[in-house]
Amino acid sequence: MDFGFSLSPSSRIDLDLFDRERFRQLTELEPDVLKCMACGSCTATCTAGKFAKNSLRSAILCLQNGQQAQALEYLKPCMLCGKCFMVCPRGINTRHLILSILKIYGDTK
Amino acid sequence: MKERIIGGYDNFVIPFMIGIIFLLTYLLIGLIRILKHIPGEDRKKLLFSFVNPKILAKDIRDIIRDCLLHVKIFKRNILLGYMHASIAFGWFMLIVIGHIEVALFVPQRNGSLYYPVFYRFFVSEQNYTLKGAFFFFLMDFFLLVVLSGVGLAMYKRIRSIALGMRRTTKPCFADRVALYCLWSIFPLRLLAEGFTAGISGGSFLTKPVNMLFANFFGNDLNIYPTWWAYSIALGLFFLAMPFSRYMHIPTEVLLIVMRNAGLKVTRPRKGFAEAEIYSCSSCGICLDACPMNVQKKNLKYSSVYFIRFLRRHNTRKINEIADKCLMCGKCVALCPVGVESCNIKMAQRGTVTEKLPYDYSYLEKIESPVMASQEKVLYFAGCMTHLEPAIIKSMKRIFEAAGENYYFADSDGGLCCGRPLMLAGKKEAARELIRKNTELFLASGCKTIVLSCPICLRVFRDEYKLPGIRLLHHTQYINALIKNGRISVSKDETSYVYHDPCELGRGCRIYNEPRNVVMALGELKHAAKERKESICCGGSVGSLTLNFEDRAKITQESLRTLTVESPDKIVTACPLCLKTFSDQSKATPVCDIAQAVAEKMV
Amino acid sequence: MNKNVMVIGGGPCGLEASAQLHKMGYNVILIEKEKQLGGHLAKWDRLFPEGIPAREVLDTLIERINGVKCFTETEVVSINLLDKEYNVILSNGITVLSKAVLMTSGFDLFPAEKKEEYGYGIYDRVITNADLENYFKSKNDARIAENPKRIGFVHCVGSRDEKAGNRHCSKVCCATAVKQACEIKALFPDAEVFCFYMDLRMFGRGYEDMYLKAQRDYGIRFIRGRVSEVSETIDRQVIVKAEDTLSGKPLKVTLDLLVLMAGMQNSQAGIRVGNKIGMKRSEDGFFTTKGSILSLQECDKAGIFYAGACTGPKTLPETLNEARAAAISVHNYFYDTEN
Repeated sequence: MDFGFSLSPSSRIDLDLFDRERFRQLTELEPDVLKCMACGSCTATCTAGKFAKNSLRSAILCLQNGQQAQALEYLKPCMLCGKCFMVCPRGINTRHLILSILKIYGDTK
Repeated sequence: MKERIIGGYDNFVIPFMIGIIFLLTYLLIGLIRILKHIPGEDRKKLLFSFVNPKILAKDIRDIIRDCLLHVKIFKRNILLGYMHASIAFGWFMLIVIGHIEVALFVPQRNGSLYYPVFYRFFVSEQNYTLKGAFFFFLMDFFLLVVLSGVGLAMYKRIRSIALGMRRTTKPCFADRVALYCLWSIFPLRLLAEGFTAGISGGSFLTKPVNMLFANFFGNDLNIYPTWWAYSIALGLFFLAMPFSRYMHIPTEVLLIVMRNAGLKVTRPRKGFAEAEIYSCSSCGICLDACPMNVQKKNLKYSSVYFIRFLRRHNTRKINEIADKCLMCGKCVALCPVGVESCNIKMAQRGTVTEKLPYDYSYLEKIESPVMASQEKVLYFAGCMTHLEPAIIKSMKRIFEAAGENYYFADSDGGLCCGRPLMLAGKKEAARELIRKNTELFLASGCKTIVLSCPICLRVFRDEYKLPGIRLLHHTQYINALIKNGRISVSKDETSYVYHDPCELGRGCRIYNEPRNVVMALGELKHAAKERKESICCGGSVGSLTLNFEDRAKITQESLRTLTVESPDKIVTACPLCLKTFSDQSKATPVCDIAQAVAEKMV
Repeated sequence: MNKNVMVIGGGPCGLEASAQLHKMGYNVILIEKEKQLGGHLAKWDRLFPEGIPAREVLDTLIERINGVKCFTETEVVSINLLDKEYNVILSNGITVLSKAVLMTSGFDLFPAEKKEEYGYGIYDRVITNADLENYFKSKNDARIAENPKRIGFVHCVGSRDEKAGNRHCSKVCCATAVKQACEIKALFPDAEVFCFYMDLRMFGRGYEDMYLKAQRDYGIRFIRGRVSEVSETIDRQVIVKAEDTLSGKPLKVTLDLLVLMAGMQNSQAGIRVGNKIGMKRSEDGFFTTKGSILSLQECDKAGIFYAGACTGPKTLPETLNEARAAAISVHNYFYDTEN
């Protein structure tokens, strides 16, 4: 039965869209992706973040929520300056993680 | 002197001839390949270098210094230098004098490949002349020189530390073949010439050998086998050479010429890089140099193995090492051949990272800073310095004390300089940042830029074109302020050790200014490794994959070498070094040179 | 027979353990490196969750040790095992032979100047939780402006931070921050107060109520994001940068006072004693207990016991409970070895 309700595709996270295979490849390339505790230090200190929406924390979250294309948008302005690597309390190798995400999900539309 | 063998030929030269013809063909094809792969512009540069007397003179000087005399290795360790120079220079002289002998005594054999090598087999001494004796003496003398070098080389295999090397590379199969051939070539030559000395004549080395052996074996029967053995050893050596480390002997000449012509690495495996790769002598000096050697498991990431895998086209390993390297540049600084392995690694990273997506459209929206007209000095702290507010605060105090009208360009953060992108191999992306930053700096109208971050300084110097603008690291700036009396500092008993940051020392060759500043503040103590031998702090943005734990090990080792003379304080001049060290230095406090100065300003 | 028990560290834990052991009939020797007993408690103003004055608690604890041999300004010079008894030489020249040694050496606050990006010791307006307690007691700190308009608290300074060498959570800072935020709001009712947290760990009885009060009665703003860097304005105010992770946007705010919640790490003095006899420490720097559930008070070396924060961050009530538990463990040890 159809009551005529529908949700616009962007308003709800659909975990069924999570790309397990690619995420597995990512964890193989840079296991540090699993260490993020979402403190936001990287985003707060980000050099590019002053000018554009750039957030490694958000990108990781998007990947886990099946929003791969959105994740890429959060990383494209990155200048790889390495400040996030210095402040990350979990010692995540952020620069390599960013490059790895771009490498694995780079062709996502 | 008269030809003994009519026709000037004997079958035993065949192995030698096969070897040498193979080698020469291989080298010719290799040369053509390299020339084909370098960009057209570089080919022009190369051609131009041959008609430029200045570059030509430098080529000749460098070839004599580096390929024959090995001056760089001498500077590192006298015995190791002698070992290399005696074999290279001695062998070179044997070849040259061999040709002179042929030209003088049997001119009809000029131009023959094998004749000068086996000269003494083909000639017999008719009457004793001073000129003949002189050349015999020279030949024996240089043979002795080479033999002494070979002796040292054998000793080095057993005990490398005696020649100043803690670690040596593991030779591969072709290396072993070539090595054992090389070891046997000259003793065999001594035997061959010794057995023949009764007929051909000889000097202080070959004559006694001849007399000694004549008593034991009788003479003539042994002549053939030894000359055959000598020829086979030479032939085998030449056959193995293209696949072994000894390929560096001919390639280094090409490398010197290309480097002096101003060529740079553009591709990781082809063109100029290929010349670099085959110039690596696999000597292993980079094993001792690499900061990762503090853990034995990480020795495999040394440059020498990187280049070995490049030669073998092992892409997985090549990428693994390229990504791991800290890019501290110590292996490059100490490499006797000067192989720019860091540039090759960056180019290699580029093969993977260059095509990754990025979007810097926001650059267009950034506007140039407006400087007041009396401000001539622009202060650019750099991204990392913002995590070390003590540096910024100290610099502000120093500027104020010196009465400098300065403009703090990135007080609320600026654009990245582009160096981290370059290090990651993303040259295209880096160009965009460089272009924008250049535009901003030129528009500002400043005359001097003072930088606190050596990473920025390095790329500003190497890649930016900022005509009319002086680039100073704050160590240089402060040094000038003290020298000109614009600030004064009080000196006391405090002892300091200065850590040379990679990008400031090896990268920009700034070693003395910071030391002058420190000496104005107190006593300067020495580190176990300093200047171009300084060990990376472990915090470098150069490495892509080295993890936090492994970095900590390097930091500990670097701290250990800094504190051997128990200084009161460790002073550095890079925000990244400061952050890394102060997180981990337990006993000795760490500060930036600007902090140390600001504390003691009067 | 010799019923000596050596207790090392005269903070609340050492005091309580000494009192209990004394009651049980042991001959307790308590040493403290400082002039005063009480450790960090002596420097604190009031205690969460109810705000009981620290002084009252400390006075009670000190009253209870009546009869215990107590040496202040005394440290351990050497300690070694001589045939089932520990021979402890003290810096005041006294040598004690004791069958049991109880470590109550407590914790050190993380040195906040190590997190350089927060500017402690560099900026005038940055203080620590300990500085603030001292201000509450003395009402005197030049770094606190007459009437601060905006005040920030940074949780997890030197805790949950691999770069600072401390991966562990210091457990008490969240509750302390909420308590201090309320207190300073009460002191400066006009001020806006912000707490920058990664996770709020309100695990104890009454803590959640304290959190609710902070929100409802004091209007404290809780921002979920770790502060990444702090800079200074010309007026010596501080600008704090963090990400508001809940809205997913970087955030900055100008403050008149920034309080860093320095975390706990094993005390240097305790480690010095531990090293003299080879007490094991875990990756987090705290002493390793024999078991993690059944024998929390014991060291794997017979006769050495632990209580309190020397085996990991603990609240004051937990510490006092451990002190009592350790007293029983010591008693059992004497009982078992004599029968």
